[in-house]
Amino acid sequence: MTRRKKMVERVTELMDKPERIRNIGIVAHIDHGKTTLSDNLLAGAGMISEELAGRQLFMDSDEEEQARGITIDASNVSMVHEYGGEEYLINMIDTPGHVDFGGDVTRAMRAVDGAVVVVDAVEGTMPQTETVLRQALKEGVRPVLFINKVDRLVNELKVDEQEMQIRLAKVIDKVNKLIKGMNEKMYNDGWKLDAAKGTVAFGSALYNWAVSVPFMKKSGVSFKDVFDKCNAGDMKWLGKNSPLHAVLLDMVVKHLPNPLQAQDRRIHIIWHGDYTSAEGKAMVNCDPNGPACLMVTDISFDPHAGEVATGRLFSGTLRRGTECYIIGAAKRANRLAQVGIFMGAERIEVEALPAGNIAAVTGLKDAIVGSTVTTLLEMTPFESLKHYSEPVMTVAVEAKSMKDLPKLVEVLRQVGKEDPTVQVSINEETGEHLISGMGELHLEIITGRIKRDKGVDIITSPPIVVYRETATGSAGPVEGKSPNRHNRFYIELEPMDPAIVKLIQDGEVSMNQQAIERRDALAAAGMDKDEAKNVKAIEGTNMFIDMTKGIQYLNETMELVLDGWREALRGGPLADELVQNLKIRLVDVKLHEDAIHRGPAQVIPAVRSAVKAGILMAGDSLLEPVQKIQITVPSEQMGAATSQIQGRRGQVFDMLSEGDTMTIVGKAPVAELFGFAGDVRSATEGRAMWSTEFAGFELVPAGIVDEVVKGIRRRKGLKEQIPRPDDYLA
Amino acid sequence: MLTFVGLGLYDLGDISVKGLEYVRNADTVFLEAYTSRLMGADVGAMEAFFGKEIRVLGREDVEQNPRDILDCAAAGRVAFLTGGDPMVSTTHADLRMRAAAAGIETSIIHASSISSAVSGLSGLQNYRFGKSCSVPFPAKGWFPTAPIETIAANLAQNLHTLVYLDIQNDRYMRVPEAIAVLEEMAQKRGIEPPALYVGIARAGSERPVVAAGTGATLKETDFGPPLHILAVPADLHPMEREYLETFAGL
Repeated sequence: MTRRKKMVERVTELMDKPERIRNIGIVAHIDHGKTTLSDNLLAGAGMISEELAGRQLFMDSDEEEQARGITIDASNVSMVHEYGGEEYLINMIDTPGHVDFGGDVTRAMRAVDGAVVVVDAVEGTMPQTETVLRQALKEGVRPVLFINKVDRLVNELKVDEQEMQIRLAKVIDKVNKLIKGMNEKMYNDGWKLDAAKGTVAFGSALYNWAVSVPFMKKSGVSFKDVFDKCNAGDMKWLGKNSPLHAVLLDMVVKHLPNPLQAQDRRIHIIWHGDYTSAEGKAMVNCDPNGPACLMVTDISFDPHAGEVATGRLFSGTLRRGTECYIIGAAKRANRLAQVGIFMGAERIEVEALPAGNIAAVTGLKDAIVGSTVTTLLEMTPFESLKHYSEPVMTVAVEAKSMKDLPKLVEVLRQVGKEDPTVQVSINEETGEHLISGMGELHLEIITGRIKRDKGVDIITSPPIVVYRETATGSAGPVEGKSPNRHNRFYIELEPMDPAIVKLIQDGEVSMNQQAIERRDALAAAGMDKDEAKNVKAIEGTNMFIDMTKGIQYLNETMELVLDGWREALRGGPLADELVQNLKIRLVDVKLHEDAIHRGPAQVIPAVRSAVKAGILMAGDSLLEPVQKIQITVPSEQMGAATSQIQGRRGQVFDMLSEGDTMTIVGKAPVAELFGFAGDVRSATEGRAMWSTEFAGFELVPAGIVDEVVKGIRRRKGLKEQIPRPDDYLA
Repeated sequence: MLTFVGLGLYDLGDISVKGLEYVRNADTVFLEAYTSRLMGADVGAMEAFFGKEIRVLGREDVEQNPRDILDCAAAGRVAFLTGGDPMVSTTHADLRMRAAAAGIETSIIHASSISSAVSGLSGLQNYRFGKSCSVPFPAKGWFPTAPIETIAANLAQNLHTLVYLDIQNDRYMRVPEAIAVLEEMAQKRGIEPPALYVGIARAGSERPVVAAGTGATLKETDFGPPLHILAVPADLHPMEREYLETFAGL
């Protein structure tokens, strides 16, 4: 381990030289070779032995990950690379490619400044390539491209040298098209990928070689060599003369920004506070002497040290004993117990950790993933992390033995903290613990982990689809009366404009931003100016707008009004499912003169019942989650694959042929996708490559909606009869 | 027939003779037990005294499910008992209107109310009171500051304020806690807290406690068991001052 020790020393030396730091993530579609790439980079940098790399899956520190051969969590590692006679510190995050774990990618992108996008030369760009690229650009993370598995073009598809180059150029074109489509400004500002400039590399992570145009000039290795050596099966030669880590890390150092360059630009994207404040200046300048500002992007549990929070330190310096505050949590100091960096599964403690690095610290008891942590008592929080996927499936879990119940409660709390895409809740009536996640596999992994890592024996129910409710028309004013009938609330409801929904989902509009900024963004999207000015709360994609003027005591009652509104949104009248895309205007209020007679017990039920009745009057409708499906199969299996989508209430909207493979693109509701993996495999004799991706919520077809609603109501123990508005307004 | 019967301030003896006769001849007797309490008599003692079974009502029974009360009133003579005077500082106006809408005859038999008893016990003249207010137990997401604003507005016009104290199940707000809450409200609103308070406990009993003083003094004063109420005096008239010096230790 002396090699390792030496590495730690070199890493620590470089930590306070931000111009020599690169924080990068590796992103890709599943199975395009991220983890193999990461391992070989580590090996090349001397972190693990070269023979082991490619086998060891060093980054996959979870037993389950190694067993399944996929990466579940984003893992971090730091390493040193020499370029142009100088040493550079590369802090690298490996991210999962399976879409069920998409939340991790979003978080990793917050921590890094640059991304190596890995694309399989044979498969080309896949749906998740698009997703992860979008996430990177959204966070202001600059991409470079690595086209992996080039040897497969030669050895499996038997293309000739010219065809090989054409195919590679096509991949680059496709990725560039994606970048241009997502953010034309960045594309024009030099983010366009260009092999000639060196922002693209080609190679094979498994066989440990890569080439890039600048490196070719240095090494003399040409595309002809690549083709010949692949053809001759002598990839060892390529590995020796054009080693993967040297090519890739050269590209990273040369083309991806250091924290000084990146923060100057990225802070304006991920933080919307006052840029002239002490913390604003410190973050823009990556100043180690300013107030410490850390964004937590991951929390894991170490059996010895407890909760380990990982995140990007944008300014200041962290040391053992530093007192931090978590914005939005109770105002009490959290003292850092340990400060360090991650080396795979291991944490290495350091004396001081300066701005621009990825920190791993213990002692932040109040922090959750997404928290803003600072040495200041108050600051504007970072933009919240946006997930492109939402929970679509739920399982109920219970402890096998009653005595494990307290342990289960604690473990579920941890699970919720570790993975923000997991939602843990309790069914008040049955006392069941519910875990919601992004798909069958995601939930299997979570529950598997509870059993194996956390050692709690649990029984898991079959997964249940998560539905949504929304209003399809408008209603109001609806009068909600408090139980004592002395307080009246008048509301109007209507579906939210899709343009505004998108603004909320993209984080362009939130309650964190300054009121004026929010008003302008909403007005620009076409919302009435008066409404835009009076937004009181946003919950999911729902909005509450106070259109009243000068009503005495309403101000001190507003929090209760919003509580009642939130309660109604948590379970719509139709099927007690979350409500989405609903805009509510409060148009008038009558309050009792005395505070006691307009307290929580009066106001909350009044507003809740007005909202529920209003949703019914406005045409309450059930929505189901839908997934986009892409299946790639040999041409002769096309029929079998297509029927796997169509047989599931699905729709096929595109079929692309490339040589003798077909790619079928379609969508189908999650409710019909149980067992999809197995069925597709057997229908296509195991020759299909497929992926799914969350594609939003859509109306349940009229023909089956009654049956679905009845089923949900029965399962939840609700009265079979759907309530009428009068039931809430009596 | 639905008749609201006031029980008065403290014990069995505080009901009016008229009220007593009505209750003794009623077909059904309900007791509303959430806006106020008769501290000097429990339900058993009342039943023995009235010679009637008493049905105790919670807030839900009155506000959300008044069907039962109305059905009884449609069929016979119903006595609806409340502490104090039935329509003062309660929200029963709603129940009376519902009854009327259902074609049920209604009436009120009054009794003494804390709002007048305070004048007697403190000597603060009834003519000089402004708007009243209540100090509620603060709850999650709810800390109204309207009470201190009401007091401040009254003081600005040189008017006294009657301050009701919250009752929740078996929780009774007491004078020292109420003063602490008012001071917190004052701090939150940047208002100077009142200089003088009059605290009153167990009005209507044989040994009510009446104490006038600063917030600091009254927070240290032992008022004994509930119910408590508070008044915030404006500038004192010489008669009021003498009265407080004589009966309230000013």
